[in-house]
Amino acid sequence: MWCLALALVAAVPAGSVAQDQPAAQDEFVPISELPPQDQLPAAPLLVAAYAFVWVAVFAYLVSIARRLRGVQQEVERLESDLAKGRRT
Amino acid sequence: MPKWFLPAAALCGVMFVASPVVIAGAPYESTMGLVQKIFYFHMPAAVMFLVSAVICGVASARFLFRGDPAQDRLGWAAAELTVLFGIIALVTGPLWARKAWGVWWQWDVRLTSSLMGWMVAVAYLLVRKYGGPGSEKLAAGLALFGMANVPFVYISVNYWRTIHPTTSVVPTLPTSMGGPLWFCFATFLLLLVLLLRLRVRLGEAHARLDALHLALDE
Repeated sequence: MWCLALALVAAVPAGSVAQDQPAAQDEFVPISELPPQDQLPAAPLLVAAYAFVWVAVFAYLVSIARRLRGVQQEVERLESDLAKGRRT
Repeated sequence: MPKWFLPAAALCGVMFVASPVVIAGAPYESTMGLVQKIFYFHMPAAVMFLVSAVICGVASARFLFRGDPAQDRLGWAAAELTVLFGIIALVTGPLWARKAWGVWWQWDVRLTSSLMGWMVAVAYLLVRKYGGPGSEKLAAGLALFGMANVPFVYISVNYWRTIHPTTSVVPTLPTSMGGPLWFCFATFLLLLVLLLRLRVRLGEAHARLDALHLALDE
């Protein structure tokens, strides 16, 4: 079994493995000069960042408004209960 | 609410709506290109994160030493805003870094200490929510740790080797980039003040509710 595996590995030409690998990079390549398949589009990242800011701020505003409304309704209810209690 | 609140809120809304237009008018940075425009929201959010942590720490210290409940309410409000602005900075930063650095995250000193400061603020809120009676003093102690972390976050990039830009970048920006940055900075500062006032009002309403419950029990 081992002999068969070794024979298969030896049968693969070294050149075909090297062709599958990208060429070694030995110097600085500016991001704008990268091949298209290696470039990461900036627009989705930018849109995601700004969308997150808007959504986070809006969600917090809604959260505060809901909490504030709930507490104020409870305060009004208790104040009316207290006023009724004083009258009776 | 105070008289200035509604006009200030309207101004802040207009500034937020105008900010994408202002940012679009800023020139492209030469090496990073379009993705660098995340900077105009990332940096003001990061500064507001640190400012909120300082407000939370100072208010908590005053609450601990003077026992003033108004300072406790301010500290709690500032802790929530530390979490809000912190998560904005910690999400927008990696979105920028993925393109500019090639990685989402680096365990370098600026990023790690920022995450630590944010987690302290989260811990503050968890202690307040689930800590039971007396938790306000424990949370105030946590806020002091959060505040002590702030100068470390700020100066860390100047003393440790890191891929995060140093504090010398902003003062050297050309006017064409500095203008939009300071516009966004003013917008975020106004947002911080407004949200802080709104959250303090919620704390005051809670205090009123507690007083009413006590009055009804008597």
